[in-house]
Amino acid sequence: MLVPQILANGLLLGGLYACIAVGFSLVWGVTNIINMLHGSFIVVGAYAAFFAYQTLGINPFVTLPVIAALMFGIGYLLQRTVIRRVIGATVLITLTLTFGLNLILENALLVAFKADYRKLNLAHPLGVIDVRDYVDWLDVVVPVDRLVCTLVAVILVVAVYLFLRFTNIGRAVVAVRMDGRAAALMGVEVNHIYAITFGIGAAIAGATGTLLSVIFPISPLMSSSFLGKSFVICVLGGLGSVPGVLVGGLTLGLVESFGAAIVGSEHSLTISFALLLLLMVVRPTGLMGTRAFQ
Amino acid sequence: MKYSTLLLVIACFLALLLVPFGVGNYSVRLATTVFLYAALALSWNLIGGFAGYPSFATSAFFGLGAYVAGIAQHHGVPMAGAWMIGTMACGIFSIGFGAAILRLKGHYFAVASLIVAEVLREIINTSTSLTGGGMGLNIPVFTSNPDLFGRIFYSAMLALMFASLLMTIWVSQSKTGFALRCIQQNEDAANVLGVNTTGYKILAFALSGCIAGTAGAIYGSWVSYIDPSDAFDILISVKPIIMTLLGGPGTILGPIVGAVVFLMFEELVWRNFMTIHKGLLGLIVVGLILFLPTGVLQIRRSNSRAWSQMRAWIAK
Amino acid sequence: MSALLQLHDVSKSFAGVRAVNKVSLTLQPGEIVGLIGPNGAGKTTLVNLITGVFPASEGSIVFDGRVISKMAPHQIAWAGIARTFQVVQPFPDLSVLDNVAAGAMFCREDQTIDTARAIAMECLEFTGLAAIANNPGSTLSLANRKKLELAKSLATSPRLLLLDEVNAGLNPTEIENALKVIRAIADRGITIILIEHLMKVVTRSCSRVVVLHNGELISDGATETVMRDERVVEAYLGPKYAAKFKLEATQ
Repeated sequence: MLVPQILANGLLLGGLYACIAVGFSLVWGVTNIINMLHGSFIVVGAYAAFFAYQTLGINPFVTLPVIAALMFGIGYLLQRTVIRRVIGATVLITLTLTFGLNLILENALLVAFKADYRKLNLAHPLGVIDVRDYVDWLDVVVPVDRLVCTLVAVILVVAVYLFLRFTNIGRAVVAVRMDGRAAALMGVEVNHIYAITFGIGAAIAGATGTLLSVIFPISPLMSSSFLGKSFVICVLGGLGSVPGVLVGGLTLGLVESFGAAIVGSEHSLTISFALLLLLMVVRPTGLMGTRAFQ
Repeated sequence: MKYSTLLLVIACFLALLLVPFGVGNYSVRLATTVFLYAALALSWNLIGGFAGYPSFATSAFFGLGAYVAGIAQHHGVPMAGAWMIGTMACGIFSIGFGAAILRLKGHYFAVASLIVAEVLREIINTSTSLTGGGMGLNIPVFTSNPDLFGRIFYSAMLALMFASLLMTIWVSQSKTGFALRCIQQNEDAANVLGVNTTGYKILAFALSGCIAGTAGAIYGSWVSYIDPSDAFDILISVKPIIMTLLGGPGTILGPIVGAVVFLMFEELVWRNFMTIHKGLLGLIVVGLILFLPTGVLQIRRSNSRAWSQMRAWIAK
Repeated sequence: MSALLQLHDVSKSFAGVRAVNKVSLTLQPGEIVGLIGPNGAGKTTLVNLITGVFPASEGSIVFDGRVISKMAPHQIAWAGIARTFQVVQPFPDLSVLDNVAAGAMFCREDQTIDTARAIAMECLEFTGLAAIANNPGSTLSLANRKKLELAKSLATSPRLLLLDEVNAGLNPTEIENALKVIRAIADRGITIILIEHLMKVVTRSCSRVVVLHNGELISDGATETVMRDERVVEAYLGPKYAAKFKLEATQ
């Protein structure tokens, strides 16, 4: 496969990856909680989209905002009832708690949907764009469904960024991330903000799941690989920073794409993890050098 | 260590050694599992309880020990020798790996320790010619007599658990334990008071890794067949943590108590609810985290002298 | 007499900001030197550099003839340098006795837990904490925490002691007590660098004063001389205090 095609694949993948990770990074950066449920949230979104299309015939791009809203509610409630009880506790406590919650969710998903892979096949396939039709020398083929999904994914990531910068609630989230106590002293209702952040994380995860269901076959077994990729992207790009997530996602997408071309796609997760380990040992603040939260 | 303590420990060991001659194979297997997890919990307690570094690498060492010993046996090395090789491999790896990641704090250390198991698993998975890859590795069985087989592994795991217990007692009462406690409570202060924090952390991590590695090696020979997702299962890292949290981190008997209680629960759950077994396990974990973060030994606020004396002894 | 501590053009930058800029300093054994300057001048950074918390970006630090610029903090403690922290840092769940025993155990040779505790008891008596030896570190009042910091650093049998605002937050009586203890420490032959904002402590305890401003050493000399130095007045003391000092000095 030629380099331009590998590059294109990597970029398309990277945009999706950024969206996979942005919710995870936000929750970790703001509430200091590693959310082990993240991968399963994505799977929930994917299955919701799948069944909405199978049984009701509704296009996944239409169900996306609905799923996002539902997941927001679930995430908000979950944080407010269970997870807030360990805010501020050690990483051991918080990680083990979300791990336990994830065991419950994963088991539920396995029981409900069984482990086999399902594919959402759109009744009207979107086809491909052959770039050679537009630019002679560029031998690249771009599947339209991937292109559209990546675009929507990037739009979502940008939307999160805009939300954080330009809305009042978003700025409150940033304030809490920078200094929770100072924010509380300034009248920010920190518990509410934590819950909102968690809700956003869940919502974006669900939305990403919806997008992924269009392109990839889905199964509950995928939740841990989504979680793993989110870890890698967070460390690559620095915690809680949206531009960082974009950089991290694109980097991972490119690394996997080139890695798959060179050593075969079954090693891609190993390569990402090995890269992550190396990075943590050598430069734990991430490629962008943003001071990450301890 | 006082002579009386040592004698007590040895007496308990000998007593338990005799148990298999009076019970059936199922109970022997169950007890062997308890000793396995008790050893893993004790091993985690050294780095996670005493030093305060939340390691999720237990499964990495367990799997590594299992595979190194398994491959050795596959090539004709006698069982005990293979176990030693497995342990040594884990020792070397834990020192090297520990030196690299023990500089990281909090979350990053936890994540790095979590990831190493994944990386090892994938490497083993893809080195098919050496390890059998995803199809697993068969490990030769040295006897076909089920009673003898059961008792040998019962004794091996029991010995491992007691060795870990003795090591824990020794650490707890020595300068090493003192240093680890200082590191756990305030690493910066420990540094300026002359504690070689890096050295002690690596020591704790290496001891922990060796115990987990030996456990894995014995386990491999016991079950005669291992595969990557089995040997490097993340639950092998998480369960010992829960057990230690349940029994009391940084104590001597806490991990053992926690292991016994947890496995009793799990045995009841597993026997009756197989499909939702993991979900119920998750529920137990969540319940424990939310309601008992400092350990079972703490809830018995009884005034009896014997109990508080035992607590004082345990909490040293 | 050969110098105990020498700093040669020591600098430290954090992400482009020069916290300490080409500071050179020589300390003789037995001195009590005050280190003063406005907040953010780099005083604690300098202490962190000397004790090895982070390495200097430039320059070298020599202690008792050995270059310590690249050593780890625990090795520098072994070499004989001890410090207290501005924000006091006890081991919260260890007893006061064990807090101090840690220093004795790990900085002195051939110590067992018991011999270290014996030394710790002496240090506690010296600083007046013997009565609460068995209380957990987390239960101490601020004044006692400051004393604990002193006791811990003494247990390491240091030759050089860096005291970082050991009097901050104390009332006048407590400060008097602290001064006596500092005097007693100096009488044992330990060289002291005292970071302080309380000028009366500096003028009473220190024969020599070093002034840091924006990371640079702007004055270094006998206390009276430095207190009257115009640059020091402008950077830190302020004209009102300088006038008061002149008045007090002439009376």
